[in-house]
Amino acid sequence: MLRYIYANDLYQYPLLRDTMFQDRADQFKRRLGWDVHVNEAGEERDEYDDMNPLYVIWEKPDGTHGGSMRFLPTTGDTMVNDHFLHLTDGVRIESPFIWECTRFCLAPGADRQVTAALTLGAGEIMEEFHLEHFVGVFDPRMERIYSLMGLVPDVLGRTGEGREAIGVGLWDMHEDVFEPTLDRAGIDRETSKRWFHEAFEHRPIPDLRAIA
Amino acid sequence: MTTELQNFLEDIQQVDDFAEFQDATVRLRDLLKVTHVVYHWVNSVGERFGAGTYSSEWVDRYLEKDYLRMDPVIFGCFQRFTPVNWKQLDWSSKAAKAFFRDALDYGVGNQGWTIPIRGPNGQFALFTLNGDVSDAAWERVIARYERDLMVIAHEFNKKALAFDSHEEGQACPSLSPREAAAITHIAKGLSRGQAASEMGISEHTLRVYVESARHKLGAMNTTHAVARALSMGLIIV
Repeated sequence: MLRYIYANDLYQYPLLRDTMFQDRADQFKRRLGWDVHVNEAGEERDEYDDMNPLYVIWEKPDGTHGGSMRFLPTTGDTMVNDHFLHLTDGVRIESPFIWECTRFCLAPGADRQVTAALTLGAGEIMEEFHLEHFVGVFDPRMERIYSLMGLVPDVLGRTGEGREAIGVGLWDMHEDVFEPTLDRAGIDRETSKRWFHEAFEHRPIPDLRAIA
Repeated sequence: MTTELQNFLEDIQQVDDFAEFQDATVRLRDLLKVTHVVYHWVNSVGERFGAGTYSSEWVDRYLEKDYLRMDPVIFGCFQRFTPVNWKQLDWSSKAAKAFFRDALDYGVGNQGWTIPIRGPNGQFALFTLNGDVSDAAWERVIARYERDLMVIAHEFNKKALAFDSHEEGQACPSLSPREAAAITHIAKGLSRGQAASEMGISEHTLRVYVESARHKLGAMNTTHAVARALSMGLIIV
């Protein structure tokens, strides 16, 4: 299932949390060879994980991490504004309606269904929080994955070559992308909405006045 | 209403002391016909800055009872960035229920909606609206003003950040050359597609530059952003 979890709530899902950071180490350090820090526990974490980001995580039936992505609003500190201004023509991209999406990660062996589910999660976030754009840091492999999902990221600028190549890109989720994404993920819209609302609406009570 | 809110946004930008900041919360409350408007900043070292329309009796009561330690609004919004209807918070504990009853007695209102705000360097603030209406009516208020209030909340926050940094006369925002170029093309009446091709960028990128400029200018929408940029002398057409 898809989970939407703020960093300070991750403690409630220790297995999901630990396998996510381990899978990130596997993907970014071992497979992609990025210059990222992996701690003694074999986990990849950076300073943006300390800023209470919102994670969208695909949880496998056994409770482990299947794939994830990380969101932060661009009014606060973001990777793109802190480190990649040279790729955005010097524009600090800042708006409450533009969020940064980074650390798109798939567990080893994750199939296209997981990618579709994560795309769906990003789409729900965009719709429910009235966002207009996502800005992210892309490697060529991710660009291909997004394109397969029907979301062609608009790359503002790139740096590096081959495996090292990295770019800053923009993407959004249009209404017409939902349908094919749901099909690929094998999830119906109702279920997707339910996961979303369960995550953000804690304990709805019929009438606040009733407790008074 | 859009015009009134646009004028209101411009007024916030003129605010240069705490009394005027406080007055702005009162004006917004009256404009929206809600019970309260409150801006509250808790920074990383525990310093607080706030303004709003709550009665001084309620503020004193809140401090006296040390509600900050258990306030479900603070717990539900702290360090987050997604708006919350108070109805969706966790009011199940006995302490939370007692707090809510107390808030009702002090005229806070039976409804609340809080926008958590993220600023630079880990800065964090809350912008809250309260009402005394039915759930359905409250949801309509949120749906109607959600986007506008997100814009307004961030404008209050920018002002608070400016007070905090003690910078004098920094009222004028600055745009990067690409943002200024995007706004200039729109001001000249070019379509987004034309402006994008003029700048050699995609239309999507243009939209992001325009939105980023809108935020920096504290404008409600693109048209307003163009007007603001012109009146501040940031672009010349």
